[in-house]
Amino acid sequence: MTNASRALAALGDATRREIFDRLAEAPSSVGALAAALPVSRPAVSQHLRVLKEAGLVAETPDGARRIYRIDPRGIGAMRDWLDQHWDRALAAFKDFVEETEEPEA
Amino acid sequence: MSTTPAANVSGIKPVVKSVTVKASPERAFEAFTAGMGRWWPASHHIGAGAFEAVVIEPRVGGRWYERAADGAECNWGKVLAWEPPKRFVLAWQISADWAYDPDLMTEVEVTFEPHADGKTTVTLAHGRLELFGARAKEMADSVGSDGGWPGILRAFVDFVDA
Repeated sequence: MTNASRALAALGDATRREIFDRLAEAPSSVGALAAALPVSRPAVSQHLRVLKEAGLVAETPDGARRIYRIDPRGIGAMRDWLDQHWDRALAAFKDFVEETEEPEA
Repeated sequence: MSTTPAANVSGIKPVVKSVTVKASPERAFEAFTAGMGRWWPASHHIGAGAFEAVVIEPRVGGRWYERAADGAECNWGKVLAWEPPKRFVLAWQISADWAYDPDLMTEVEVTFEPHADGKTTVTLAHGRLELFGARAKEMADSVGSDGGWPGILRAFVDFVDA
């Protein structure tokens, strides 16, 4: 699966969207997320694992617990997209400028 | 801070590309800017139909926009630097959901480096991509709506799978 389709699949679940949404507002621990949502702590951990594998959230240790936040590289799909866009665009530009080159002598 | 993990918020690398063309910097600059509508991938633009032209108003502060056959215009961004034939910088104000967002200011810098053999190396750097991340909240809000993030992700999947 591509990163983008992994991200799509990860966000296909309503609880994961809710978790992602909350992390977009503020970084949080598993415990705080579980307290705010009608799901168990292990379930939150499982959802976070899926979001993490999709590149959408990242974790940082904070003493004994872990703080989860939106991974700015979750926009990696956008960056990848731009990367390929510019590859394609510059190739087309090269063709264009060389086709339209005027004879110099 | 030294305790910050290597994968940090500011660590979004610019997308950098270069291509060497058989043309002078002057011709390359002209073809890149005035001729943009002639080579820009037709599938990558905001409007629903095909675009008729991509316009860069050749001055600092000038608009960068596409024009549809029916005359409708969609903004893409604006000119931040204009130094023909050496360099220009555009503000790419197209969001992750492929819509114009005046508050988004990622930057596309294009430089033209002449060679002794008459060729020119064109280098493009699309930077400040972390600003897409700054829109993460809005992107999260739009998740689930057809025009939202899944839309661009689907487009991306189509693109890479094509």
